[in-house]
Amino acid sequence: MSNNILVVAEQADGKFKSITHQLLGEASRVAQQMGGIVEAVVMGQGVKDSASQLGAFGARKVYVADDAALARFDGSVYAPTLIELVKRIQPKMVFLGATPLGLALAPRLATHLQSALTSDITGFAVSDGSVRVTRPVYAGRAMAVYEPKTFPLIATLRQNAFAPATSGDGAQCDIETLAVTATQPKTKVVETSKSASGKVELNEAPVVVSGGRGLQGPENFHLVEELASALGGAAGATRAVVDAGWRPYAEQVGQTGKTVSPTLYVAAGVSGAMQHLVGMKTSKVIVAINKDPDAPIFKVADYGIVGDALKILPLLTDEIRKLKEQG
Amino acid sequence: MKILVFIKQVPDTAAPLFVKDNQIDASKIDKYAASPYDEYALEQALQIKDKDASTKITLVTMGPTRVRETIMQGLAMGADDALIIKADDASEMDGLAVAHVLAAAAKKIGYDLIFTGIKGVDDDQGWVGIALGELLGLPSVSGARSTQLQGTTARVTRDVEGGKETLEVALPALITSSQATEPRYPTLKGIMSAKKKQVLEWDVPSLGVDSSIMQPRVQMVKLDMPPARQSGRLLQGEPQAQVKELVRLLREQAKVI
Ligand SMILES: Cc1cc2nc3c(=O)[nH]c(=O)nc-3n(C[C@H](O)[C@H](O)[C@H](O)COP(=O)(O)OP(=O)(O)OC[C@H]3O[C@@H](n4cnc5c(N)ncnc54)[C@H](O)[C@@H]3O)c2cc1C
Ligand SMILES: Nc1ncnc2c1ncn2[C@@H]1O[C@H](COP(=O)(O)O)[C@@H](O)[C@H]1O
Repeated sequence: MSNNILVVAEQADGKFKSITHQLLGEASRVAQQMGGIVEAVVMGQGVKDSASQLGAFGARKVYVADDAALARFDGSVYAPTLIELVKRIQPKMVFLGATPLGLALAPRLATHLQSALTSDITGFAVSDGSVRVTRPVYAGRAMAVYEPKTFPLIATLRQNAFAPATSGDGAQCDIETLAVTATQPKTKVVETSKSASGKVELNEAPVVVSGGRGLQGPENFHLVEELASALGGAAGATRAVVDAGWRPYAEQVGQTGKTVSPTLYVAAGVSGAMQHLVGMKTSKVIVAINKDPDAPIFKVADYGIVGDALKILPLLTDEIRKLKEQG
Repeated sequence: MKILVFIKQVPDTAAPLFVKDNQIDASKIDKYAASPYDEYALEQALQIKDKDASTKITLVTMGPTRVRETIMQGLAMGADDALIIKADDASEMDGLAVAHVLAAAAKKIGYDLIFTGIKGVDDDQGWVGIALGELLGLPSVSGARSTQLQGTTARVTRDVEGGKETLEVALPALITSSQATEPRYPTLKGIMSAKKKQVLEWDVPSLGVDSSIMQPRVQMVKLDMPPARQSGRLLQGEPQAQVKELVRLLREQAKVI
């Protein structure tokens, strides 16, 4: 077995996603410590041409599986080609994103290779050749360190938890085209619906403004949206308001919604239930607006305003807009 | 139609946890319950049964003696019967070992459709569901929020980046659930009838999983509380003054805007 790390790159329409750069950044750091190199694999349709870009981000070799059968991601269609590759090149570790794609592929790899798996990791340490992986468990109520007993280790890396690779000196990389083990998809998409487009994706937003039941009704959520847009961020919600049908599920932050980690998180009319906190607690700065001074959200907030969110939010939006106008 | 729902018992997800000697301090856990995603899985299965009463739902769990209480809860919600695989050391097995044990059990009892949660809210690995599907050679769909049956085809709706999609998959299949409508509460009648439902008990050795598979490939070596967040400061004054001060602090002190 080598000391190399294989990164499973993710792209959409030929453009690499930010998680790909984060995977390459961490893989480069770890591979260097272990005396290995970083390799990457790109799968999809029409991805051949963009593959060489990964050289500049630390990949010494890129495997390309470009096939019409891979146009849409389906775990059971993608997995066989990837499993074959791992068996052949014998990496020490395989890094995937803790994304729908990575979370669907990683257990398939681990099952067929009978290997170690650690999901949604937030830290990685190598010392004397041994590997230690940090990851939140119990929905973030505890932090665990794991040690693989066998290799390869299959790991999915939490989004935004690792520093991305920056474009280096345009290094060359070898490209190898893979034969795609074509299998028929066993699932068929019969319907898709897009939510309003043009908005910032919640997981990637630098600022998230969330509203809870304290906003009194769906008619007041424009206040949340306006502040989010003044700050260049995305709107979020608690489960209580999603369940009440005030906001779409896609906006739900928390244990059964999304985990976000923006630089600024504003919680308005949110009580701060445990299940909400685990989805936003790792934000860099947290602001809470709540009329109840004893609301648990204040325990995690860096700055708090005890008051009526319906009054505070528009004032805050105004103040931010003024600031942005001044430049 | 025979549906298996795999339920993992976990500490109540609404309560804080405490760590002692690199382990969750069990003496401070008041209550265990089905992992929330497994409750969603059961709710999706029950909604299929609501439409077709001939559907039979079997709950399957592996764990120590205390799992029975959680299983009784699931039976009271409306599942038909249950299988408990007794294992005091279930929490020391890795996902692949668990999946092999559960797969052996599933083969013995038979199924048309299998539900699991997308992940267990304890180790948060999300390993066992998909691994089980692979070991049984089943097509699987991850992250379902609702499931409908049309003959021998399942229609599954799930969230995807930027929207929703509906997929069709032919049975037998495995579905991991991430949402559902609010899981139903057991009725008094449900609680009474649960006591009469069949609960089988098997042990792990009887399922004949290879001992090399049972060796964990990954082990937890350390457990800590997450770094605590300091609570910050409350801003004083009239709303206008509070807001001005907040913006100043975000800009000058926190430097995030
Ligand atoms: C298994 C499970 C999973 C869950 N998953 C999630 C999840 O993913 N995400 C999630 O968010 N929740 C989740 N929950 C629900 C969670 O427990 C809480 O019920 C929920 O977060 C509460 O939402 P809220 O803060 O909007 O409502 P409430 O708890 O009702 O809080 C409303 C707050 O608004 C304040 N308020 C009222 N009026 C005003 C006003 N005019 N101005 C300012 N403040 C005001 C009140 O003081 C109060 O603190 C889950 C629960 C369970 C059991
Ligand atoms: N011990 C167990 N007994 C029954 N089902 C389990 C067990 N462990 C895991 N599962 C199922 O597998 C899913 C994923 O679990 P995990 O891989 O532990 O995150 C859970 O939501 C359960 O449906």
